[in-house]
Amino acid sequence: MKTKKTATRLKSAVLALTLTGLLGGCATSGNPKDPIEGFNRAIYAFNEGLDTVLIKPVAKGYDAVLPTPVRTGVTNFFGNIADFFIGVNNLLQGKPDQAASDLGRVLVNSTVGILGIFDVATSAGLEKHEEDFGQTFGRWGVGDGAYVVIPVFGPRTVRDTVGLVLDVAADPVSNIDYVPTRNSALALRLIDTRADLLPADKVIEEAALDKYAYVRDGYLQRRRSLVHDGNAPREQFD
Amino acid sequence: MKRLIGLFAALLFAVGAGAADIAPDVLVKDVTTEVLDIVRKDKDIQSGNTKKTLDLVETKVLPHFNFQRMTQLALGREWRQATPEQGKVLVDEFRELLVRTYSKALTEYRDQVIVFKPFKMAPTDTDVKVRTEIKQSGGKPIPLDYYLEKNDNGWKVYDLEVGGISLVTNYRSSFAQEVRAGGIDGLIRNLQAKNKSGEASTKAK
Repeated sequence: MKTKKTATRLKSAVLALTLTGLLGGCATSGNPKDPIEGFNRAIYAFNEGLDTVLIKPVAKGYDAVLPTPVRTGVTNFFGNIADFFIGVNNLLQGKPDQAASDLGRVLVNSTVGILGIFDVATSAGLEKHEEDFGQTFGRWGVGDGAYVVIPVFGPRTVRDTVGLVLDVAADPVSNIDYVPTRNSALALRLIDTRADLLPADKVIEEAALDKYAYVRDGYLQRRRSLVHDGNAPREQFD
Repeated sequence: MKRLIGLFAALLFAVGAGAADIAPDVLVKDVTTEVLDIVRKDKDIQSGNTKKTLDLVETKVLPHFNFQRMTQLALGREWRQATPEQGKVLVDEFRELLVRTYSKALTEYRDQVIVFKPFKMAPTDTDVKVRTEIKQSGGKPIPLDYYLEKNDNGWKVYDLEVGGISLVTNYRSSFAQEVRAGGIDGLIRNLQAKNKSGEASTKAK
């Protein structure tokens, strides 16, 4: 059952990528990192529309209604679920110490932290990490590839898109068998993540001349920094 | 804190110099702490008085920033195309954009705890990175790094990185594109338009 679901998902991702490649052929604008800018801008506009009419208003309401400790509890709960595969990725990246710390976090937070609602591990000195399969490939030396905007998921690169497919396949929440529970959990996680980004949103609005380009360049810089665990060599410009 | 100030005053006295000799990490820490203290106490700023926030940033933060260098970094090789007059306008407009962005971030994230990471430098260093972190409940802390260089007036910030994203070089590719499309003047016009719309929304509040 699970493998079938994963297979379907893989198939649609491959299809999306192929489509991207086909449509991309006709739209270029000169930025070497963004060869299919025309197509990306269209998907970006679609995502922005979806965000404006649906996701953002719900996230705002969620943010306004729930008291901060509850919100933090939700974020922690999903964070705890994610920590396991963050550990796996750290292991794949040859960082056994960090992987051990991540698994320690899962153990401590799932028990003492009551199913992950309280992040006691951080207070105990086990810091949270941020890893995914895209970063693991990056660590292995796989280049970014072109920048791609994916419907709903947003900015990625070709490398990170492949990573995303694996992230979703491995994600415990996406693999809940009972569909209504799975969908509610996915929706809650999406809204919670979006609510956490509300302040960043306002800053970007203030900063960007062209929001699409600002988000793109920010995403590329951010991923580069993450692959180097925050110690990326400073980009040398002439 | 008092002890720290005491120690600091003693140090200053010992070397017999002015503000120009404040160590870069101490500078970042002092300014951040002072500004956040004000923001957290000031009811006007918290209720969205953008004018007051801008004034605060203008007086407390800006003197420590090198906007000339920031603008050059953001423009990259396109900078060479600008006449001295255009360069001056660019610096002014980019400065306003950054100040607005920085003020917005300050108001939005005022409740977060900032942690100052350990700092090491050689006495001869003239270009350093000071690391801080924004703690957030339920998430990984966001690194906030300041790049400073030493000039005759002491240490000046020339770049700021939030979560690995430089607030300065993030503009590089879009600025280059604007210059290719409409020349330096085209970029200036766009920056002016952006700042005008920012001012308008400030007044509306």
